[in-house]
Amino acid sequence: MAVAKSTRGNVKVDRPLSPHLQIYSPLINMVMSILHRMTGAALYFGSLLLAWWLIAAATGPSYFNYVNGLLGSLPGRIVLLGFTWALVHHALGGIRHFIWDTGRGYDLKTIDAMSWGSIILSVLLTALIWAAALWLK
Amino acid sequence: MSTNSTMRTPLKNVRRLGSAKEGADHFWKQRVTGVANLVLAVFLIWLLVTLVGADHAKVKSTLASPLVSLPLLLLIGSAMVHMRLGMQTIIEDYVHGEGTKIVCLMLNTFFAIIVGAASVFAVMRLTLGA
Repeated sequence: MAVAKSTRGNVKVDRPLSPHLQIYSPLINMVMSILHRMTGAALYFGSLLLAWWLIAAATGPSYFNYVNGLLGSLPGRIVLLGFTWALVHHALGGIRHFIWDTGRGYDLKTIDAMSWGSIILSVLLTALIWAAALWLK
Repeated sequence: MSTNSTMRTPLKNVRRLGSAKEGADHFWKQRVTGVANLVLAVFLIWLLVTLVGADHAKVKSTLASPLVSLPLLLLIGSAMVHMRLGMQTIIEDYVHGEGTKIVCLMLNTFFAIIVGAASVFAVMRLTLGA
């Protein structure tokens, strides 16, 4: 059992911790909850990309072309693909939370369906957005 | 005569701000900006999809339109508030040292404001000329 080192007076005591992540087998809603937080954190730092691109556009054609070249390269596209998926997945997770905020959707069947729905839909929508982008180009 | 023997008044129940003095402020702002982001992110994706492969002149003329720059500015504002609140929750969950936590929370605020201000500045420059 996991223990936490803490001190009571001068005596060190090993206090038992309640079971944490490594105890549970991954359930789909748990994985989606973790992904919601991870995509949120990724978008936090991804905001730098949007800021950088906007600054490049405001700076002038030569710097804009340089930044566009980097973003259009294979590593750049992989990052942007990840950015797109993170944005879509986090948005769908947000919708799930709005549904829960109304007090609805708390039975296990609905939770599982919404969790699977958000991961499947996030991949489909990301593919759709990229197909549209490459088709319009 | 009041029978209240303490200095407590029912005011705290009326204000509903709790021990952290914030009430549901964090929760509510996260929801309001979340709803706004939902609409504005769809706009952003549409904008970026239409600008894939566009040269500088096209991007500049597109962003010069207030119909594009205004929602973009709204998105920047809403997204910065939303992501600052979200990262605040992450920091409060995982950073346990009081000093480190306060430093992280400050850096979080600075990050959101700097990224937001730089983005707004760039959009304003594109839309108002220069």
